[in-house]
Amino acid sequence: MIRIEHLRFGYRRDVDVLRLDDFALEPQAHALVVGPSGCGKTTLLHLIAGLLLPTRGKVSVDGQDLAQLSPRARDRFRGQHVGVVLQQFHLLPTLTALQNLLVAQSIAGLPVDRAAALSMLSALGVDERVDAFPHQLSIGQQQRVAIARALVNRPKLVLADEPTSNLDDEACTAVADLLLGATERHGASLVIATHDSRLKCRVARQLVLPRLGAGVPA
Amino acid sequence: MNLLQLAWSYLRARPLGTLLNVLLLALGVGTIGFVLIVNEQIGASLNRDARGIDLVVGAKGSPMQLILSGIFHLDAPTGNIPLSAAQELARNPLVRRVIPLSLGDSYRGFRIVGTSPDYVALYGATMGSGRLWKDEMEAVLGSTVAARTGLATGDRFAGAHGLSEGGALHGDAAFTVVGVLKPTGTVIDRLVLIDTASVWHVHAAHHADAGAKDDDAGDRQVTVLLVQYATPVAAASLPRRINAETNLQAASPAYESARLFRMIGVGADVIRAFGGVVLATAALSLFIALYHALNERAYDIAVLRTLGAHPASIALMLMLEAGLLALLGGVLGLVLAHGLVAVLAWWMAEQESLRISAWVFSGGELWLLVPAFVAAALAALLPSWRAAHADISATLARRG
Repeated sequence: MIRIEHLRFGYRRDVDVLRLDDFALEPQAHALVVGPSGCGKTTLLHLIAGLLLPTRGKVSVDGQDLAQLSPRARDRFRGQHVGVVLQQFHLLPTLTALQNLLVAQSIAGLPVDRAAALSMLSALGVDERVDAFPHQLSIGQQQRVAIARALVNRPKLVLADEPTSNLDDEACTAVADLLLGATERHGASLVIATHDSRLKCRVARQLVLPRLGAGVPA
Repeated sequence: MNLLQLAWSYLRARPLGTLLNVLLLALGVGTIGFVLIVNEQIGASLNRDARGIDLVVGAKGSPMQLILSGIFHLDAPTGNIPLSAAQELARNPLVRRVIPLSLGDSYRGFRIVGTSPDYVALYGATMGSGRLWKDEMEAVLGSTVAARTGLATGDRFAGAHGLSEGGALHGDAAFTVVGVLKPTGTVIDRLVLIDTASVWHVHAAHHADAGAKDDDAGDRQVTVLLVQYATPVAAASLPRRINAETNLQAASPAYESARLFRMIGVGADVIRAFGGVVLATAALSLFIALYHALNERAYDIAVLRTLGAHPASIALMLMLEAGLLALLGGVLGLVLAHGLVAVLAWWMAEQESLRISAWVFSGGELWLLVPAFVAAALAALLPSWRAAHADISATLARRG
């Protein structure tokens, strides 16, 4: 599902903040990206999502080299094939729970399928609050809606960035259960970037990124 | 849930800011629209009243005053002219028709005009009730006069000397209303029409009281002559000849109306410029709102990008937001413009001035939405560009 070869990334031409020579993830497989703060976990997720492009090397998702796509095609590819769960589970505040899912379908260029969105919300146990705005939802409900949004377009790959960093143990377990369970049910691969040791016992495959400090010369 | 709905959701989420921007845009569009509609309506009103009149002839004085008093019945007349001069002019082969008007009396502020039935025909007025005058001391009322004074066919009233209310009454010479005209939307609606001879009758009596004797045809006078040319060639020579060779003055309604319109136009320009300033303020306010929204929504925009939104879609979303405001402000502005015209129309009607109608809509008004959209587009340009070029990865990483 993911194939990374000789990846180098830096904001300046001569300084790398991320190096990854070889990484592959099979379809439906789960992996953690771990490492100290500042080691480039988030950067790696952004590279896999096509939000950033490597300085050198190749990132392929589902056999597609992201750098080969035009910017517009890359955005569309992300919308249709990659689900992203952000640390704050950020929902668009002016839209209801259901609308947050519908907008994800529409923006990805897919037909708006209300029934599919409702069943996804139902699968994550928030079918009672579909017309509530984010500020009317509990934190737990917001997390569920955000995960439902990441999955609504049936992506082949879900990326989660520090999904449990601010959560207590109970909430951490709940979110992990939801993420792992939902991606498994929908047959999606899952990559979680985290420094949360509580997740390490949940996912066997772990990619440890070394800290390159302020960057080392390329 | 497309971009338009998304843009709308952001507008709905901050109703106060949205309201402010819509109101500012509406005020700008409304002010400019008001000027446009009033200009159009006054122009139409002037044209309606001056239609079919090629030349106005009266006593020497200001040509503008002659037109204002002779056609629009807004100003005092320049003076009287001998009937013989009118008869001589009517015999001129360049002239097809001369309609005499005798002014000077009024009834409760409405002018009493001594004239011939041709005057009624000139405005295409038809009888609402009763008939035209046949004898002296018979009067026909314009529709507004009848409505305001409550006079009806068969009633009697006495005219007052002078054109404003409160003049000395010709108490002994009472008119009988023999007919009321249907509304025409022209000046004739607010006139009391009598036969030219009736004026001489009233004033003969008046002057006889004062000890004078003037029922001699040579002394008979009228105030204004409305002239229709027999041939367009007349326009080239007749006015010049009248002005140069006689004691009369000839004024062209077309020329004087245009001059009047230009004078009004200066005031209109000032109001229009004010509308422009308001519109610029609206654009600035909109710009600040969108720019602010950019910072407030940086993370929302980043989320939309992770969902697959192209930078152009993000820019379009902000543009749509501005466009929706422009549409709302523009439409509200048009309603406001018509509302203001309605107030002005009511006031002008109270003043017995020109008739304008507020609720005539023309397709050209939709052009007024253009400045609203231009203001919105200008305001949205920079925020949209910045939103499209925001560093999404950095925004997401800052919170992460």
